[in-house]
Amino acid sequence: MHKEGQIVISASELTKTFGDFTAVDHISFEVKKGEIFGFLGANGAGKTTAMKMLIGILSPTSGNASVAGYDIYTQTEHVKQNIGYMSQRFSLYEDIPVIENIRFFGGIYGVGAKELKAKSAALLDKLELTSSAKTLVRDLPLGWKQKLAFSISILHDPQVVFLDEPTGGVDPITRRKFWELIYEAADRGVTVFVTTHYMDEAEYCDRISIMVDGRIAAMDKPAILKEQFQSPTIDAIFTQLARGAKRTAD
Amino acid sequence: MESAIHIHNLHKTFNKGKLVALDNINFDVRKGELFGLIGPDGAGKTSLFRILTTLWLADSGNATVAGLDVVKDFKEIRRRIGYMPGKFSLYQDLSVEENLNFFATLFNTSIEENYDLVKDIYVQLEPFKSRKAGKLSGGMKQKLALCCALIHKPEVLFLDEPTTGVDPVSRKEFWEMLKRLQSRITIIVSTPYMDEATLCDRIALMQGGKIMQLDTPQQIVDRFADELIAVRSEQMYHLIRDIRELPDIKGCYGFGDYLHVRFAHGAWTQERLTVALKDRHTLLEFCPITPGIEDCFMALMESHA
Repeated sequence: MHKEGQIVISASELTKTFGDFTAVDHISFEVKKGEIFGFLGANGAGKTTAMKMLIGILSPTSGNASVAGYDIYTQTEHVKQNIGYMSQRFSLYEDIPVIENIRFFGGIYGVGAKELKAKSAALLDKLELTSSAKTLVRDLPLGWKQKLAFSISILHDPQVVFLDEPTGGVDPITRRKFWELIYEAADRGVTVFVTTHYMDEAEYCDRISIMVDGRIAAMDKPAILKEQFQSPTIDAIFTQLARGAKRTAD
Repeated sequence: MESAIHIHNLHKTFNKGKLVALDNINFDVRKGELFGLIGPDGAGKTSLFRILTTLWLADSGNATVAGLDVVKDFKEIRRRIGYMPGKFSLYQDLSVEENLNFFATLFNTSIEENYDLVKDIYVQLEPFKSRKAGKLSGGMKQKLALCCALIHKPEVLFLDEPTTGVDPVSRKEFWEMLKRLQSRITIIVSTPYMDEATLCDRIALMQGGKIMQLDTPQQIVDRFADELIAVRSEQMYHLIRDIRELPDIKGCYGFGDYLHVRFAHGAWTQERLTVALKDRHTLLEFCPITPGIEDCFMALMESHA
């Protein structure tokens, strides 16, 4: 186990305003090494804005945060080199072969040529894709695509991987197999920060936070939250909290 | 009972037959039914919708909508159906009110004429009626798209994944609206969310261009042939692997904070599972369960694989 308590993501009073609209309102939390942290919230609650700040592509209005030990105001390039990112919408280039996707993203993440060669071969072998290396990504079955996208996002051995709705629209078996990959990565010590609209997936996380109107309305282990809210499911807690939301716009 | 949609041996391929999108599909949707197409990306839901809404031609087979042929009578079908595509397709730079007016005018009607059908939904949009559609939240966009699909009082309403990417609360609200509309219109709706299946009168479980099963949600659950037990321990990730190593296990997958373990009736008991797992697991807990639609879908997927 790698959960020795090292803090990998730390946010303190993190805030982002657009004009008179406060998208993210003084949120504070910490995520430990090897933890699977579920970041939940209704559409428009501020999840995407918060995530953009953490991955170094949007500057906060106030507050502090560090990711993988780097400051998100002043060291955004270091942040980007030490994280992985995968979303449902954009994860791989469909019209180029598997091997070229691996090389391209490996190159972007700064993996050296020699190392990349070894890593590509190891990855293809592990995913049993060696014979499909020259297949266009668009011709891969969905389950393989997801596996490949996730594996590429952690090819450069980042400390943290950010997964933005990685399982949307995926069949129920592929969705669960995908979560087994997440477990495996966390078991190796990769910290996982994940958003999802599937409330059963929230239960797979070590801890979750639920955002409402830019603030964190609840945050703890799923079992503790269920006890606290006297609720049998995270879905019911989410509904209760999100129905109290004042804003509806994205 | 009268059919609102009749589908006979519908077949559709792409890439010169290499990719089968729909594999000889047959079914009927009854008048007044809320019918669900349940399946993941690539199941064939959108292909089926595009053929039924007369936008695509099938390779073979035929279909009718509101008693009209989808090839011969395409013009008349277009007048009588409402279609909400999976991708948001309203004019982003027109306001809420302008979009609705535009669609009403296209069908030679007015908002006033059919207001009673959309009223329930439109009152929620009215405070934002001068806002540009592109500036609406995800949930509000869905509501506007639904209004625009309804404004000409269609006989059959096609909704292609109206709740994908929408948060759980907005999804619930959307389904409450559908239930209220159901008494007045036939609705066929597709979704990748298995929990929404139970809200339909009948559902077709689709995967890889095929219909794996079609029935009422209750009957699909009743037909589940295996035994199911929920298990958890403190070592969930290892528990999945350990259970899959056991003989005669047909499936083992995470469901919230438990694993659902599937096996033939009598192949395992709670006691025997405890004996097999207790050395490597702490806080081992079991819970008897009845299958849900998602359990059925997964079992069908594995038997079709």
